[in-house]
Amino acid sequence: MDFLEWAKSPWGQNVPIHIAWFLIWVALIAGFLFFIVHATYLRYFAKPKEFASSGSPLIAARIPEHVPRHSLTARLFHWVMAASMFTLLFTAFLPKLGIQFDWVTYHWIAGSVLTVSILFHIIHASFFMDFWSIWPDKIDVRDAGRRILRFMGKAAPPPDKFAKYPLENKLYHGAIVAAGLSAIVTGVFMMFRVRTIFFPRNPYLFGDLTWGMIYVLHGLAGVGLIALIMVHVYFGLRPEKRPITKSMIFGWMSRDFYLKEHDPRRWPVETPTSSPTPQGAAAEGLRDAG
Amino acid sequence: MAVIRDVMPAFELLQPSSIADAQKLLEQQGRDAWVLAGGMDSFDWLKDRIKKPKVVVDLSGVAELKGIRATSDGIEIGAMTTLTEVIQHPVIKEKYTLLADSAELVASPQIRNQGTIGGNVSQDARCWYYRAGWPCYRAGGNICYADTPEGRNREHAILHAERCVAVNPSDTAPALIAVDAKFVIRTPKGERVIDAEDYFVGPDIDITSLHVLKPGELLTAIRIPSAWADAKFYFEKVRDRNVWDFPLLNVASAMVVSNGAIERIRIAVNAAAARPLRLKAVEDAVRGKPANAATGEMAGKLAVRGAVPLQFNAYKIPMMRNLVKRAIGGVQEATWTS
Repeated sequence: MDFLEWAKSPWGQNVPIHIAWFLIWVALIAGFLFFIVHATYLRYFAKPKEFASSGSPLIAARIPEHVPRHSLTARLFHWVMAASMFTLLFTAFLPKLGIQFDWVTYHWIAGSVLTVSILFHIIHASFFMDFWSIWPDKIDVRDAGRRILRFMGKAAPPPDKFAKYPLENKLYHGAIVAAGLSAIVTGVFMMFRVRTIFFPRNPYLFGDLTWGMIYVLHGLAGVGLIALIMVHVYFGLRPEKRPITKSMIFGWMSRDFYLKEHDPRRWPVETPTSSPTPQGAAAEGLRDAG
Repeated sequence: MAVIRDVMPAFELLQPSSIADAQKLLEQQGRDAWVLAGGMDSFDWLKDRIKKPKVVVDLSGVAELKGIRATSDGIEIGAMTTLTEVIQHPVIKEKYTLLADSAELVASPQIRNQGTIGGNVSQDARCWYYRAGWPCYRAGGNICYADTPEGRNREHAILHAERCVAVNPSDTAPALIAVDAKFVIRTPKGERVIDAEDYFVGPDIDITSLHVLKPGELLTAIRIPSAWADAKFYFEKVRDRNVWDFPLLNVASAMVVSNGAIERIRIAVNAAAARPLRLKAVEDAVRGKPANAATGEMAGKLAVRGAVPLQFNAYKIPMMRNLVKRAIGGVQEATWTS
């Protein structure tokens, strides 16, 4: 079994030309297996979540009924990215599964939309949002150790409640960044091989071997994204995650869910009334999240 | 790369004697099977060791696939009928001269004696990078060697190129589109009849095939309805060597002219794209207009709208414009322009 398909170039070199297409099925099956294993674990084996105390009742009393989580700009970015990502996956892989249509034009247009939206997101997240909120911090690493020890039945203090994003969410974001950027960078180069409105065709931009590696990396990122997107949709539909999914539609989550899962000291929220002094707010975890 | 040998490679040869058996064998063998009709395309592929099928299904023993029959609405030509038989058939010579004219311009007499109508419409592209076994898009790779600044692309596409720029080389295909032929396909689920123009496929839909046949499917016959019998036909083929060559371009039209005006028309060109192109915009534009040089001029300009030349085939644009002009306005009334 070969994970890549090879061909002999006009110069007699063996060069990779793309991934073996059975990897599409591997990604789909891996996604479905994850659903089954995770759903079975949660249904029959998982224990209720336990968190360490997250502050005084005074803080909880000041939390508004609707806790703002995603700005309109962030939500628009997310759904534009989702639409372009689904278009990319369907146009890339349906023809390989036997459903034939004029896919290339739709594919590069969707890829262009994704590229622009990701560039926007990088700038928006870097300068207008709390950039570090999506990257694991020291408390995440410490709590991951505690959660593993408790899962294995060993004594360990309960972990803190989450910041704005749970560690799993942050790790998923990292995986999407790696797969997505790989697909985008290789995809931009691949647009030199087809006729688009952006730049003249130049099939000689790289040698055969380099082109082959670009196609392979694009394919691997693509099948990786199949499994990642399946997992994302699965979590988005799970009942206990629905408040998070709704927050990506309406922009806010309920006060109850916030207090149940999130630590106001790690993810402070703006209070609508009775603004405390800056010093007091910092001390109690009540400040504008930005 | 191509290794030309004068002997055939080893493969399992299956020789069914009925359409049902042939289709069943193709279904059983799937992608491993190669359909052999007259062999005029197949033998190159096999002897060059570019295509290496495990199984060859030879249709020459299937009598049902041969011959030309009258039907309640025209004629039916078996897919294994030779081009010479098509040319010489009295009904075709009398009522469908367009098909006879196009078949008569295919290759040489020897090839027409051996080559079949089904094979002619189902033959593969003649792009030499592809035929030489280079790993291009059409061969499953990720590049078109012809669509490069130095690529030899004089014979290649000016319209509807999508990564691959190879063209369909059939002469009979545009004629069959012009007379509104129907292609009869035997599939594992039964018989399917499709319009001639839908039999062909471009690289935007399937980059590795020029037609819609899937493994396990077989073209069994071509039906020509009587609607276009005795119409005013025009076929012209331009090629490098007039004794024997593939088309640089060809055009086929069927017109019904009433009181000097075009009442009905179907027109198609081939070797301009990876599939023969029915020029519907031209048909709509000239319907109701006089069949003269002025209408032909307008039609020619409309036909090449959207054409994109490659490095060495820009000549095809004025050539196609003039062929369409002549197909509608007539040869005497037209003059070549560049």
